[in-house]
Amino acid sequence: MNSTTVRNLLVRGMLAGLAAGVLALVIAYWLGEPSVDGAIGFEEAHAAHSHGGEEAELVSRSLQSTAGLATGMLVYGVAFGGIAALAYCFALGRVGRFGPRATALLLSGCALLAVYVVPYLKYPATPPAVGNPDTIGKRTTLYFLMIVLSVLLATGATVLGKRLAPRIGTYYATLAGVLGFVVVMGVAFAVLPVVNDVPEHFPATLLWRFRLSALAIQVTLWSGFGLIFGELAQRLLQPKPAAVPAAPAVPAGR
Amino acid sequence: MAQPVAQPTATTPVLPAKLPLKVIAPWAAFFGILMLVLLYFVGAEQGATSVFSGAGVHEWVHDARHLLGFPCH
Repeated sequence: MNSTTVRNLLVRGMLAGLAAGVLALVIAYWLGEPSVDGAIGFEEAHAAHSHGGEEAELVSRSLQSTAGLATGMLVYGVAFGGIAALAYCFALGRVGRFGPRATALLLSGCALLAVYVVPYLKYPATPPAVGNPDTIGKRTTLYFLMIVLSVLLATGATVLGKRLAPRIGTYYATLAGVLGFVVVMGVAFAVLPVVNDVPEHFPATLLWRFRLSALAIQVTLWSGFGLIFGELAQRLLQPKPAAVPAAPAVPAGR
Repeated sequence: MAQPVAQPTATTPVLPAKLPLKVIAPWAAFFGILMLVLLYFVGAEQGATSVFSGAGVHEWVHDARHLLGFPCH
């Protein structure tokens, strides 16, 4: 029974992730693609600096900006939907007095911050033409390190908050968890190396617009996921309260 | 863990039960890794490291990779 609940939540998480991926794709196409095209225009105008000669185009721009973009967004949505659903199975009933829907939204908000926003503040998204191909290894390592660090720290802060709650109350325990996260993350921000590969004369407004659209994509993805998955989880875990008087309202006892 | 025995009403919502860790673990291990592999192919394949040679995967998901915040090239 419990294993079935996990499976059902996982399937719903991946479906909600797919739906959220579609929403994110719409935002990416409308808000993101113009900046990507602008950056590629800059790259081509300064081709002598970055790429050596003319390379044969492996995938055309029109495919990259449509089918390629869709592949990336949807796979990303499904993958994070699945991971978030597994995290949700763990968080359910463990993070506080929240129902299925509220837990889903809370988890999505925290995931948006821990998986994307915090790493992004240190290593923000970069458009084409920004980024030295020689440092791709270092930048990839630092970016993934930042995500892992942020997620582990957010989990640790939540556990710390839960431990402290009986002693100092939920309010101060939450503050202590958040403060712990901010302080340790601040130290990591200060210690980890700075990455600055923005080429000379790259338009600042274009960079800002690109980064804002990258943020909008993630906000859309995670809020969409939280709302859709929350509805699905609510229906699965608390179907029609008080419909049958004798039926257990909780899907599975221990 | 004590289950709420009171009938759910509009004013007293029933809080969800915890799912035991040993029930979540096999799903998390198998699907967690599968999902991470998917993310790897969207986010990092043929960038810093390559499973397949060439640049087909990289070029296909190029725009998504930039817009999702992964270091691309």
